[in-house]
Amino acid sequence: MAVDPLIEMRDVNKHYGKLHVLKDINLTVGRGEVVVVIGPSGSGKSTLCRAINRLEPVESGTILLDGHPLPDEGRELAKLRAEVGMVFQSFNLFAHKTVLANVSLAPVKVRKRSREEADRRSRELLERVGLLAHADKYPAQLSGGQQQRVAIARALAMEPKALLFDEPTSALDPEMINEVLEVMQQLARDGMTMVVVTHEMGFARSAANRVVFMADGRIVEDRAPEEFFTAPRSERAKDFLSKILKH
Amino acid sequence: MNVLTDNFSLYGKGLLGTVELTVYASLLALVLGFLMASFRVAPVGSLRVFGTVWVTVLRNTPLTLLFFAVLLGLPRFGVVLPFQLFAVLALGCYTSAFICEAVRSGINTVPTGQGEAARSLGMTFGQTLSLVVLPQAFRSVIPPVGSTLIALAKNSAIAGSFSVTELLGTYKTLNELGYSVVWSFVWIAVGYLIVTLTISAVFNVLEKRWGVPR
Repeated sequence: MAVDPLIEMRDVNKHYGKLHVLKDINLTVGRGEVVVVIGPSGSGKSTLCRAINRLEPVESGTILLDGHPLPDEGRELAKLRAEVGMVFQSFNLFAHKTVLANVSLAPVKVRKRSREEADRRSRELLERVGLLAHADKYPAQLSGGQQQRVAIARALAMEPKALLFDEPTSALDPEMINEVLEVMQQLARDGMTMVVVTHEMGFARSAANRVVFMADGRIVEDRAPEEFFTAPRSERAKDFLSKILKH
Repeated sequence: MNVLTDNFSLYGKGLLGTVELTVYASLLALVLGFLMASFRVAPVGSLRVFGTVWVTVLRNTPLTLLFFAVLLGLPRFGVVLPFQLFAVLALGCYTSAFICEAVRSGINTVPTGQGEAARSLGMTFGQTLSLVVLPQAFRSVIPPVGSTLIALAKNSAIAGSFSVTELLGTYKTLNELGYSVVWSFVWIAVGYLIVTLTISAVFNVLEKRWGVPR
């Protein structure tokens, strides 16, 4: 369906010891598409997300980013990773640097921009996520939701072609989830290519172009959100949805 | 009691020798220690092996044996250097193994997510280590590195047995001159205290300045 594929995974397999966590994964994400990956815990959805920028190396199959196969560890891989931003469950802001320095670090060191230019751009991004006032604070001084929005700004500062979200709201208080989701909604509307692993069904319904349902290391369903939520085809998905949508 | 006043210049030379050995060997140990720690966490297998072998061999060799190996062994291969330099090499390499392990334990205190975030932004292994991981690891390795350098200062006494001028070696001369053994050693001990307490003080300052706030 995707006319212009940006991320392609073909027959990807991965084991953790005996555990087969990714089984023959085939997934294509088109440019500008928002794909939400859902599924029970242990289904391999986080691993799938982390495999896209090779934080988890895979054993077989190919992963293509914008037509280029993912290279092995080294400078080439670093170059490709710079094109794909990642937002983590535990934020992972650099604890020893201020908010502004967190956002500016990679543009200066990886993109070789001047510090002034990088800081100017970082301030724009912090403004966009509503945190410009906190630019000189350290991550530990911010709430979880604020930290996660800084993490999104930090990923955006590299002007990535795509963004990967690995359960971005799972470590947040319910009150703070919305402020992060709003930023993500805005990114989706702006046409950013996104792969989002999440348990936020509301976000999946409203922002996703496609929902990918994973269970036991396999992609079980890959469909438009409205179809998936109203009429899931597989038993596994019906079971999953009945459990999470009940209460 | 007048051992010190009578032999001030002898003590002074000895103390200076110990300070020189300590400072030069510490610098060498710190540089090699950080380098080896980087090797041991590198994504390149051969570097990891090199770092592991370096630490295993040096940490498990008695220092005296290492001195023999360097001072008697290297000249056989045509490497002839002043004894003091040999002593710095032996002490520095030996201590670097312990520094390496202290730094590595510090690296392990930094959450893996920090490194993952850096890599996901396109940083190379070297950038990830030097910009993100080591600055945070540094804070928690200040105390163990301080202890290791104090041990180095005391280990430098072994160099005295290999005709390098240092503090402990002064006792031989003093003994021959007929001074009281007890008072000779008391002043030698004071000399070592000056060196080791200075190191402690420096590391206390470092810890106050850079240590992890809890």
